[in-house]
Amino acid sequence: MELTLQHAAHHLVPLATQTASYLWLIPSFPLVGAFINATMGVRLQRRFGKGLVHSIGIGAMVASFAVACVAFVTLFGLDAEDRFLQDTLWKAFSAGKISVDLGFALDPLSMMMTLIITFIGTLIHVFSIGYMADEPSYWRFFAYLNLFIFSMLLLVMGDNFVLMFFGWEGVGLCSYLLIAFWYTDSQKAAAGMKAFIVNRFGDFGFLMGLFLLFWALGGAWQKAPDGKTTYVETDVHAAAYVAAARGEGHGVAHVEVGPTLNFRELRDQIVIADTGVAEKLKSQKLFGFGILAMIGILLFVGAMGKSAQLPLHVWLPDAMAGPTPVSALIHAATMVTAGVYMVARLNFIFALSPTAMGWVAFIGALTALFAASIGFFQYDIKKVLAYSTVSQLGFMFIGVGVGAYWAGAYHLLTHAFFKATLFLGSGSVILGCHHEQDMRKMGGLGKLMPVTKWTYLVACFAIAGFPWASGFYSKDEILWKAFTQEGMAFPFLGLTPHLGQLIYLMGIVAATGTSFYMFRSYYMTFTGVYRGGHGHGDGHDHGDEHGHGHGHVPHESPRSITFVLVALATGAVLAAVIGIPYAWTGHAPLLEQWLEPALPAMVKFAEASHSTEFLFQFIGVSAGVIGWFFARMLYKDNRSQVPAQLLERWKRAWTIVYNKYYVDELYQATVIRGAVSLARVLSWFDKYLVDGLVNLAGAVTRAFANIDGVIDRYLVDGAVNLVAGSALSAGSILRRVQTGRIQTYLYGALVGAIAIVLLNFIIK
Amino acid sequence: MAHLSLHHFLVIGALLFGFGLLAVVTRRNAVAVLMGIELILNAANLNLVAFGRYVAGGISGQVFSLFVIVLAAAEAAVGLAIILTLYQMSRNIDASQATTLKQ
Repeated sequence: MELTLQHAAHHLVPLATQTASYLWLIPSFPLVGAFINATMGVRLQRRFGKGLVHSIGIGAMVASFAVACVAFVTLFGLDAEDRFLQDTLWKAFSAGKISVDLGFALDPLSMMMTLIITFIGTLIHVFSIGYMADEPSYWRFFAYLNLFIFSMLLLVMGDNFVLMFFGWEGVGLCSYLLIAFWYTDSQKAAAGMKAFIVNRFGDFGFLMGLFLLFWALGGAWQKAPDGKTTYVETDVHAAAYVAAARGEGHGVAHVEVGPTLNFRELRDQIVIADTGVAEKLKSQKLFGFGILAMIGILLFVGAMGKSAQLPLHVWLPDAMAGPTPVSALIHAATMVTAGVYMVARLNFIFALSPTAMGWVAFIGALTALFAASIGFFQYDIKKVLAYSTVSQLGFMFIGVGVGAYWAGAYHLLTHAFFKATLFLGSGSVILGCHHEQDMRKMGGLGKLMPVTKWTYLVACFAIAGFPWASGFYSKDEILWKAFTQEGMAFPFLGLTPHLGQLIYLMGIVAATGTSFYMFRSYYMTFTGVYRGGHGHGDGHDHGDEHGHGHGHVPHESPRSITFVLVALATGAVLAAVIGIPYAWTGHAPLLEQWLEPALPAMVKFAEASHSTEFLFQFIGVSAGVIGWFFARMLYKDNRSQVPAQLLERWKRAWTIVYNKYYVDELYQATVIRGAVSLARVLSWFDKYLVDGLVNLAGAVTRAFANIDGVIDRYLVDGAVNLVAGSALSAGSILRRVQTGRIQTYLYGALVGAIAIVLLNFIIK
Repeated sequence: MAHLSLHHFLVIGALLFGFGLLAVVTRRNAVAVLMGIELILNAANLNLVAFGRYVAGGISGQVFSLFVIVLAAAEAAVGLAIILTLYQMSRNIDASQATTLKQ
């Protein structure tokens, strides 16, 4: 392929950086917004109403988006090779070989992410005005949303792993806070905790991968002849230093070799072959496994948690407990794509290891298929979209797994638009139906909510992969690249020749399923007759608050919501422009050209003619059409009896899929039960052994104290009391002598005198 | 007239002392007690003078008794003053009733 050749011919040099000292503003605005609303929001809301609260939140977003646009224009004006804006604020810390700057960097990839985050983020903030209008703690919602945007921007803009990880954890925190936004409902609070804990498992893998990478880049501990163990730089470092000193080697001169947390330094030393770092990493092994494969797999475990891949996907459907704008922003458009972004950002590492690539792509394909099948039978509209998100994230991982990094990133972008549209559309429906999420109680909403209907339909076409809607271009590029990728390996199995084709097959089935369940949700919601209404809404008075006199019939959402829906649906269509494939136009897709400098990894794909590519695009479109056709046949206007009959016929299979393959139950039986029984064992240990020891020590001390007490009480106190008591009793006896009568004393004196006289006589 | 010897004086002194002591220990009237004390002092004076005349010689016995007379006068003055105060306090000069100093 020409593109691949272009890549190979392109000579890789260290990245030139341009200083752009305003980059820090982009994440700062949302942080300030979050700070104001978090500290003063409650008072501002009481004093000036909700208008000020959302003005602060949205104002921060608009400012942030504006600065991001300035950065984009600056970046666009540079030569493709020099597109790298850097803004280092200060050195955060350094310890040993680690040195971490608080620095932001924008290259084409993070620029794309930043634009998505700030643009869609702004729209969703606007959407929230209408959706959260009845919420008493409005200020808290906007504070969390802004904090989330800050963390997400830190994640994508940070120029090193530490900032990325900080953002990574920050978005996890905000996700938790927003899922459990209505924390008085214990189920929703539990969903938040589930998301947090499942993500911790992923984060553990991410950190391990990070440590391993850092370690692998460094030297080694070696024993010198005199028995001392010292840390020595490897021959790679030595060679690089010599080359640097001589000014030899292509571009080695300014490349620092060694452990680093900075993405740019990491990229430079790995992609420039003359440094020898890539070769060293490829040959390095740990416990008999290639270290690159381990790094890739472990880093991907982090992505599995954050991006809800099998088997850590369980938190995402539950995360739908949060408000719908949150589902759209965090659990569809931005946060869950952090894993995809991370793999694309580290493309030069993943591309070095066929095993890591195979692992990422295969898990992605498995998740895409698995989640799509669950989406078939869900009735909760948000659950359908949640599984759809899991499935689409699987597609993205197929893309970044097989080495089509730009396609994965492109699918990330298109998905952000159409899934945000779908989620916000579902939010509009839920609002219209007075917080009803069950599609069986909807139907016929198309006439009542025309804007919502049309935008939802457009997004359905986009996700189902119909030409001229964006999803087609990204999905087909991914699947096409998967088919032509032949160099992937499977962990423990070595190079697997037809893995790419297998993944393609899984992907195309999943794509058919995607089309089916999305149109199923569309037809169930918007066609036929309204099935809700009676028996619901009696206890609600939302209707009045929404400015409508009725509480039963759904109604179109306010202007702030429909505006956002239209904007996002337009984006979902227009995003197609930047991804029209080479086979159609004769030049590489615009986005690929844009992202090329940020994705230096060289991945080989099999040669294939344009006619083959057209054939595959045709298959892709047919997959979407087949899914649409069946959904239309079975669910349009709710007239067909076939779904019910099929359900009867395949009751058991349906039950399994409807219950999400019992994955939650599996976790319950294994991980949670295991954890609980371990806790019980430890509790027993604690209670009987540790407490026993402590209590024994206590008892011994107490016994000694008792003995001591006895001694104290009876011996010491006794002696003291005896002295006092004898003095007392002597006094009480002697006081009787002291009568106060002078004669009595005289008698005493007389008796004494007589006694002395008598004694005098006797002793003589 | 029989020859006056030391023994006569001593017997008289002892009698005086005995009567004085009896008065002091038996009388309840504080003035009577004071009078008893005077008797005792005078018995001592008689003994001092007698021993000075018959045993020691010189005037040291008489000087001592002069001191005792002065001392007795002072003591009587102080004693009567106390009795007077006692009377003013309790309208009573019964020595057995005056037990306030016990406290």
